[in-house]
Amino acid sequence: MSTFFYIILNIANSIDNNLNFLYNTPISEFKEINARAKKGGAILSEPILKVQNLKTVFFTDDGQVPAVDGIDFYINEGEILGIVGESGCGKSVTSLSVMGLVSEPGKIVDGKIHFNGEDITHAPERKMRTLRGNEIAMIFQEPMTSLNPVFTIGDQLTEAIRIHRKISKKQAKDRATELLQLAGLPRPKALLDNYPHQLSGGMRQRVMIAMAMACDPKVLIADEPTTALDVTIQKQILNLMKKLNRETGTAIVLITHDLGVVAQMCERVIVMYAGKIVEEGAVRDIFNHPSHPYTKGLLASVPDLRRQTSRLYSIPGNVPKPGSITEGCLFYPRCQEAMAICAQKRPGLVDLKNGHRVRCFLHGEVEEA
Amino acid sequence: MLAYSIRRLIALIPVLIGMSLIVFGIIRAIPGDPALAILGQKATPEALKQLRHALGLDKPWYTQYFSFITDLLKGDFGTSLRTHAAIRQEIWPHLAATIELSVLAMLIAVVVGVNLGILSAWKQNSVIDVASMVIALVGVSMPVFWLGLMAQWIFSIKLGWLPSIGRENIRDPVTAITNFYIIDTLLAGRIDQFWEIIRHLILPSLALATIPMAIIARMTRSSMLEVLRSDYIRTARAKGQKMFWVVYKHALKNAFIPVLTVIGLQTGLLLGGAILTETIFGWPGIGSYIYDAIQYRDYPVIQSGILLVAFIFVIINLIIDLLYAAFDPRIKYK
Repeated sequence: MSTFFYIILNIANSIDNNLNFLYNTPISEFKEINARAKKGGAILSEPILKVQNLKTVFFTDDGQVPAVDGIDFYINEGEILGIVGESGCGKSVTSLSVMGLVSEPGKIVDGKIHFNGEDITHAPERKMRTLRGNEIAMIFQEPMTSLNPVFTIGDQLTEAIRIHRKISKKQAKDRATELLQLAGLPRPKALLDNYPHQLSGGMRQRVMIAMAMACDPKVLIADEPTTALDVTIQKQILNLMKKLNRETGTAIVLITHDLGVVAQMCERVIVMYAGKIVEEGAVRDIFNHPSHPYTKGLLASVPDLRRQTSRLYSIPGNVPKPGSITEGCLFYPRCQEAMAICAQKRPGLVDLKNGHRVRCFLHGEVEEA
Repeated sequence: MLAYSIRRLIALIPVLIGMSLIVFGIIRAIPGDPALAILGQKATPEALKQLRHALGLDKPWYTQYFSFITDLLKGDFGTSLRTHAAIRQEIWPHLAATIELSVLAMLIAVVVGVNLGILSAWKQNSVIDVASMVIALVGVSMPVFWLGLMAQWIFSIKLGWLPSIGRENIRDPVTAITNFYIIDTLLAGRIDQFWEIIRHLILPSLALATIPMAIIARMTRSSMLEVLRSDYIRTARAKGQKMFWVVYKHALKNAFIPVLTVIGLQTGLLLGGAILTETIFGWPGIGSYIYDAIQYRDYPVIQSGILLVAFIFVIINLIIDLLYAAFDPRIKYK
């Protein structure tokens, strides 16, 4: 009985969620996205973060696992870029690679990461430390476990500030209070003496955001920041991130599996599949003209209240284990529009228009270099 | 916290009563007779009977137990059957000697063990990791008597660097004030004597520290390995914190609770069970005191001694339990 209610509740949540993001808000959101994309495109020149042909491989006992397999992307100052894909498609490893936090047995084997015009791909740990939390900050999927349980919120926040800013404890505490307030937390002063277990998931994620914003980073990488949260809290957290993006100009790389979130937040989006980019472009292009069968599948999986269906659409099969498919297109086994060529050759990225690119033979016979 | 501590102290009463019964029962169950031990094999039956009567050993066991407990409640540990001295006065110097040795040994064990454990977890599968774990394995498996004898042979006999036996230079005895000789020599302003005491402490404390050090190192390593994989460690690194502080601040405080448990248990064991080390190094501690008493079937000394050690053991456990809350704010005692 309880399982039944749980399922009903989940469906209701998910419908509510996507209804909110896709059908109630998108018109205004899209207008805004368009306006900002135009504005941004005119002003900005050099991207703040540029990743070229990044390859991150895990050297395991069972052989090499290419978690990220030659991806390129960039993000401009003040922009919000979405990276979408199923679990295990390499989204998180991409972000950890940028932070220089890929842990053993993972290793960046190829490609370049440029931050602010500087190559940081193999920068020494000392250099990376001055960037982490200062110029590039990160928030994680699990607010419940991402804060250290044995230190107070105040300790952890002031630490984040004092690592990079030579200021007194008192000043750091004032700044911490300010940050908590900025993150929309009530009674920020009292909160400083609280421990993480005394806070709810949503509050903890707000603390994480406050911590990430401690040193006014140029880029904020948010790895599924709302996945573990209730829908209503999810909305609040996204609004907060958007507000911070507008007010501070921090560029945000938003990693998610939720297209609703992308529609609400981002200007450009990258769709990843099995460690590769399969489609990228402006959000409006991707949503209006999805070109890769995988993107189409993802969009079709979003429940639509206007249609009467008994089952939600899902893409058949699972994401292949990285490195398990050696020939042909990686999506071929699950693809509804597969052709003969797809089984033999690996497609490269095809330019459509306005930076809309897709990795699929349906749009031209371009092989991967 | 205070209420909790008081409740825990009250709960100790049945534990101690149980302990006293067990100790009382066991020493009477083992073969042997104090009167025989005192008078020797050639004593006449009459003399033995007379002595037993004088010592109160001919009374029924419950009368003996009752008088033992009532005396204990009055703070009277009784008198030694062998030396006829008041146990309360006799036992303290021995206990102090053991505490001095154990505390130093535990200090060495914790500092070395925790750091070895941290290093091997931090540099997992590296040469440092393998080396520290080999040290820990050897430390755990080495019998303390063999280790003690080897240490004496090398450092006292071959190299002649350190004294092999005893607690002080017998030609220059320490004037006991607190019976902690490190403190006493400093109180007396005798720096030369203080160094002499330290020299006497080195070998036995190292020998005594080896096993707890190894156990602490292994526990620290496994606990740290688990903690180092947690999300909040990644967060700390993402802040730009130095790895040293990530490990020693963020990880260690989380990993310390199981280590604390081991430290507590090992400290208790050292205080009560250092008999081997004390015997090898001629250390006049509580272990050798009780051991001698057992040889002579000195019932009151055995009873009081073991009960005292048990009491210290449970108190240490209580302190450790209370310390948990200091390391983890999620642990609350009400």
